[in-house]
Amino acid sequence: MISLLILLLAGQAALLDTGAAPLAPPAPPVAVRAFDTPNDAGKSITLSWNAGEGPAHEAWIIERTAAGIEPEVIATNKPGETGYLDEGVKDRVGYTYRIAAVAGIDTVWSQPSAPVTCAPQLFNADRLNILIAMVIFFALIIYYIETAKKGKNLFVRRIAGLDAVEEAVGRATEMGRPIIYVPGLGGVSDIATIASLNILGEVAKKVAQYDSALLVPNRDPIVYTVAREMVRESYTKAGRPDAFKQDSVFFITSEQFAYAAAVDGLMAREKPATNFFLGMFWAESLILAETGAQTGAIQIAGTDSVFQLPFFITACDYTLIGEELYAASAYLSREPLLLGSLKGQDYGKIIILAIVAVGSALLLLSGIPALSILARIADFFSVR
Amino acid sequence: MKRSIPLAICLIMGIAMMIQFFVPHPASVAFYDLTTKWVRIVAAFALVLGTGSLVMYHVDKLQRRRRGWYYSIVTLTAAAATSVIGLGWGVRPGSPLQDIIFSNLLVPLNSSMFAILAFYMASAAYRAFRARTKEAALLLVAAFVVMLGMVPIGANVPFFWFLVVMAGALIVAGLVTRSKALFIGTGALVVGLLVWLAFSGFKVPRLMLPDTAEWVLSVPNMAAKRAILFGIALGGIATSLKVILGIERGWLGGGKQ
Repeated sequence: MISLLILLLAGQAALLDTGAAPLAPPAPPVAVRAFDTPNDAGKSITLSWNAGEGPAHEAWIIERTAAGIEPEVIATNKPGETGYLDEGVKDRVGYTYRIAAVAGIDTVWSQPSAPVTCAPQLFNADRLNILIAMVIFFALIIYYIETAKKGKNLFVRRIAGLDAVEEAVGRATEMGRPIIYVPGLGGVSDIATIASLNILGEVAKKVAQYDSALLVPNRDPIVYTVAREMVRESYTKAGRPDAFKQDSVFFITSEQFAYAAAVDGLMAREKPATNFFLGMFWAESLILAETGAQTGAIQIAGTDSVFQLPFFITACDYTLIGEELYAASAYLSREPLLLGSLKGQDYGKIIILAIVAVGSALLLLSGIPALSILARIADFFSVR
Repeated sequence: MKRSIPLAICLIMGIAMMIQFFVPHPASVAFYDLTTKWVRIVAAFALVLGTGSLVMYHVDKLQRRRRGWYYSIVTLTAAAATSVIGLGWGVRPGSPLQDIIFSNLLVPLNSSMFAILAFYMASAAYRAFRARTKEAALLLVAAFVVMLGMVPIGANVPFFWFLVVMAGALIVAGLVTRSKALFIGTGALVVGLLVWLAFSGFKVPRLMLPDTAEWVLSVPNMAAKRAILFGIALGGIATSLKVILGIERGWLGGGKQ
């Protein structure tokens, strides 16, 4: 047993005795800072430090101490990483931190940081720019709504796709064929779906006036419930409550491609005169629009998904691009209150364009060393 | 009452959710999580209504023997079989619902529908690329540049030679159709090519087709996308505000005030 121990010790000594000059210990980290992570829900402390002047190190060790708790190594960082987010802390408890530079068998500790506590914040200051933008935008919309209330005539440019709605409904009446309205595949929380449902109300009103048939297949059960109520309301507003058929608005399935197959089948069987595809769409957009095109229907589509827009533009007669979808209910109903909000939207876009131009100029000028502060001003406009 | 209570709930919840976005406090996060759960619960109730609608629709279709009524038998049988298997044997992995209905029926059927997209893309591309208008012709050229720039054969093609071939094709098309606009366009393209050649010291410019394709995607295409996205963002906010303030109230449906 003793001889075995001697052999082991001899082996260790042989391993350590490499003949190389001993390494100098690394310099301790400096400027160790620990602070409550800003704009968060608490339970988090951010650490930062700088490497000291001196021999290189191989790693950083981060140690945390709290009153009544033994110091604890909480993490090891690579040499270039001079920051750490400690998310294993409690709110309103004082902590101090030490950072060690490690090189070989040497570990050199920094001075401990000042005690720090963390707490949840009540306002996310990173989103201040969004709040300001939102207040300005809301103020613009409300101002123009009030202007519209006073009876001022507001100009809205022509949207060909929406002008065609009347013609499309009339065509269906003449041909004695139904109109299929697909309110997208999104849920009721998608803005595109809400916009689509608003348009559905206007389309259903015209359908009721023209005495055409309307079919509204749904993918989302909540959207189905709202769509049914909206169509019923539109028939009532048009003075034709008796013409509303309960089964004209129906739920199919929540499965994306099963829904697409069902609507394709519906189009192939019913040979509709007009198809509306308005709302949120994914990969099934082209499957629906191409089938509709092959049946010879007039097709009016609209979505806020930039990836599906090319498919609709290709396969449909009219396409509402992005914001035109949101503007549609105001355009069709011509209600002053809704038109006022459209005007506010347009002025919001002018402000955004101005900010883009000013931000680009600031960032370009910040390349000049004397004007580098401009980059910080431009940074205010970025979303964090 | 039937309208004012939902409008009041919408206003209060809309403002509360707006405030929640700016408050990182755990109470705010808990409130957000709670409302998300409410949405799920409401969706579960709505699913019952949806299923009821599905059954009623197809039963009515069967009773009235409307066109394609036999498909309703398939739908109702499938719905009933799925419910019975799901309720009887559960929905865990390895259950008949997972193994037979989901893995062996639903997944292949979904894949088949998705696969059809390839054929629809071909027919849609054919329709889009018939250069009947100036815009369609521009789309055709841009698409051709991007497509050729993305395949291996395009990697060694200088953009200049691509334009020369294009100019040649336009001259032939102009001669066949005797279109004045086509001749003017071709003339402008040839002059542009000569100016470009002169600026490059009468050597073929080194701009390759993949670089041009990359430029088309990252500059004009991206600019158009961002412009659309600005409009979408503002339109979305405006629509939300109209709903919250009760200006847009079509979602309330029918009923008395």
